[in-house]
Amino acid sequence: MTFNSSVRFFLKVGSVITNRTILFSLTLLLWASLSAAQPPVDSSTAGLFNTPPPDVTPVAPRNLVVMDNPNDAGHAVIITWDSSIDDHPGGKVTAYKILRSQNKESGFAKVAEVPAGSQQYIDNDAADNIPYYYKIMAVNSSRQAGQLLWQVSSETDIFGPVESKPQWFDMRRLNVFIGMIILCGLIIFYINQAKSGKKLFIRKIAGLDAVDEAVGRATEMGKKIFFIPGTSDMDNVQTIAGITILGRVAQLAAEYETWIEVPVSRSLVMVTAKEIVKEAYTKAGRPDSFRDEQVHYLTDDQFGYAAGIDGMVVREKPATIFFMGNFYAESLILSETGNSIGAIQIAGTGQPSQLPFFVAACDYTLIGEELFAASAYLSREPKLLGSLKGQDIGKAIILVAIIVGILLESFNLFQLSNYFKVIG
Amino acid sequence: MDTFGIWVAAFLTLGIISFLYRDNPWYKVCESIFVGISAGYWFVTLFYDNILGLFWRGVTSPDPHYMLLVGAVLGFMMLLRLVPPIGWISRWPLAFVVGATAGLYIINYFSSNVMLQVQSTLAPLFSTKFGQPIFEASLYDTIGNLVIAGGTFTGLVYFFFSKEHKGVFGGAARIGIWTIMITFGASFGYTVMSRMSLLIGRMEFIFGDWLRLIR
Repeated sequence: MTFNSSVRFFLKVGSVITNRTILFSLTLLLWASLSAAQPPVDSSTAGLFNTPPPDVTPVAPRNLVVMDNPNDAGHAVIITWDSSIDDHPGGKVTAYKILRSQNKESGFAKVAEVPAGSQQYIDNDAADNIPYYYKIMAVNSSRQAGQLLWQVSSETDIFGPVESKPQWFDMRRLNVFIGMIILCGLIIFYINQAKSGKKLFIRKIAGLDAVDEAVGRATEMGKKIFFIPGTSDMDNVQTIAGITILGRVAQLAAEYETWIEVPVSRSLVMVTAKEIVKEAYTKAGRPDSFRDEQVHYLTDDQFGYAAGIDGMVVREKPATIFFMGNFYAESLILSETGNSIGAIQIAGTGQPSQLPFFVAACDYTLIGEELFAASAYLSREPKLLGSLKGQDIGKAIILVAIIVGILLESFNLFQLSNYFKVIG
Repeated sequence: MDTFGIWVAAFLTLGIISFLYRDNPWYKVCESIFVGISAGYWFVTLFYDNILGLFWRGVTSPDPHYMLLVGAVLGFMMLLRLVPPIGWISRWPLAFVVGATAGLYIINYFSSNVMLQVQSTLAPLFSTKFGQPIFEASLYDTIGNLVIAGGTFTGLVYFFFSKEHKGVFGGAARIGIWTIMITFGASFGYTVMSRMSLLIGRMEFIFGDWLRLIR
C-alpha cells in the first residue's frame, strides 16, 4: 500500500466513524427529548411490568361532588362520590385516587389515595380562594410481594372549580352560642338588679363562715396564717378564685395584725398575690404593715413545692392554713401535714379527684362551685351577688331541661339530648 | 457514675421518707436540695423552651412571627415591678392574662361542664337508648339510670346558693351532698390504690436497684 492509498483508507474509516457517532448522538438526543416530554410517571406504577388480564378495568365512580368544607377555618375541601358499581368485596376496585389541578385541562396530580369502599375525602391541603378542579380515579391493581404487577383505572368527569374559604361562625356550635347568650343575659340582668339595690339572698356556706373564726384563732394564738393557692398558674380559674379569697383573708389578717404568708409555685401567681395582699393591707388601713416577703416563690415543681411547704408547716406551726385553688397529688401531703400540727384548715378546689382528700384531712372544704361562690359570699358585692343569682337561674333552667328531657326520652317522644351535643 | 447516682437517689429518697418520723436535719437537707434544684431546673427549662425556643427562634426565623413580640412586651412590662415609680405598669399584663384566661375558657367550660354533662344525663330511664322499646332495659340498667338522673338532679340542687336549703328543697340538697360524699369515698379508695403503686415503685428502687435484695 502506497502512502496516498494509506491516507485515503484512514480518511474513509474516519468518516464512517464520525458519521456513526453523529447518528448515535442524534438518536440519544431524540430519546432524551422524547423522555423529557413524557408526563410525570406515577411512582406507584414504577414497578409495572405485566400486562393486565382482560376485563379488569373498573367502572368509574359516579356523582362526584366537591365543595368547601363548611364551618372551618379554611384550607379544606370536602370531596364525596358514589362508589363504582365494581366496588364490592372481590370487585374490581382496590382503591380510589383523588386528583387535583388548578387547570381544568391538565396538570392533575394525586393528592390522596383512599381504600375501596370510601366515599368521602377531605383535602386539608387546599389553599384558600384558589379555584381547584378534582376528579376521582377508581383503581384496580395487583401486587406480589409488594411489587406492583399491573394497574388499570377509570376516571370520573372533572368537577370544579371549587374554592376553599374560611367561615366566621361554626354553625354546628349554635347551641353553645345560644346557651352562652342566655347565661350571660341572666347574669347581666341580675347584676343590674343587685346594683339597683335589690336585696339578693345567699345561703350559708359553712366553710366560708369559718374564715373569720380561723383568722381570729391565729390572732389569739399569736401564730401565722398560711395561704396556699395551689400549683396552677393564673390561666386556671380555680387559681383566680383562690386569689380572690386571698384578698378577703389578707384584709382580715391585716385588721387583726396577724402575719399571713403565701408560698407560691408560679411567678405570675406570686406577682398577682403580692398585688392582692398589698391592696388588702391598704384597705385595712395598714399599708405599712405589708412586707414583700409575705408572698414568696418556692419552686414550679409540684412535689418540690409540697416538700417545701411541709417543712415550713412543721417548723413554723401556723394556726390556720388555707388551701384555695387547683391541687393535684400534693393535696393530701399538704393537708395531712397541716392536720398533724393541729392547724385549722379550710380547703377549696374544683378538682373532683382531690376533694376527697381535703374532705378527709381539713376542717372545712369548699366543694367545686362553692369555691367560685366564695368571693361573692365574703365580699357581698352587688356585682358578684348578681352574678351568683344569674348562675343559679341558669342551673334552674338546666334542672328543668333534665327533668323534661329524661321524661321525653324515656317515653320515646323527643330526643332533647341532641340539642346539647357539642360538635367540633 | 450510675452507682453514685443510685446512692444519691437512695440517700434523698430515705431523707424524704424520714419526714414520716418527724422533721429532722436529713429531711431539711433533702428538702432544700429538692426545692433549690427544681427551682433552678424550671428556670433553665422555661428559659430554653419559652424565651429561646419559642420567642427568640420565632422572631429570628426566616418566616418571623412578630405576634410573639406582644408576649415579649407584656413580659417586659411585668419586669417593671423592679422599678417602683412605674411598677404599676406590671398590672397590665396581669390583667391581660386573667382577662384572656376567662374569655378563652368560658366557652370550653360551658361546653364540657354544662352542655356535655346535660347531654350525658338525658338518657331514657327504662330503655338502653332512645328509640328502643320502653321497659326493654334490665333492672340493673334501670336502677343505674335512676341513680345517674337522681344524683345529678339532687347534686345540682345542693349547689344552689340563692335559695335557703329548707323543706323539700333542703331534702333534695341533703340527698345531693350524700351522693357527692359517696362519690368522694369511691374516688378516695381508687386514688389511694394508685398512690400505693407510687410507693411500691420507690420501694422497688430501694430494695432492688439500691440494696439489690429484689432481682
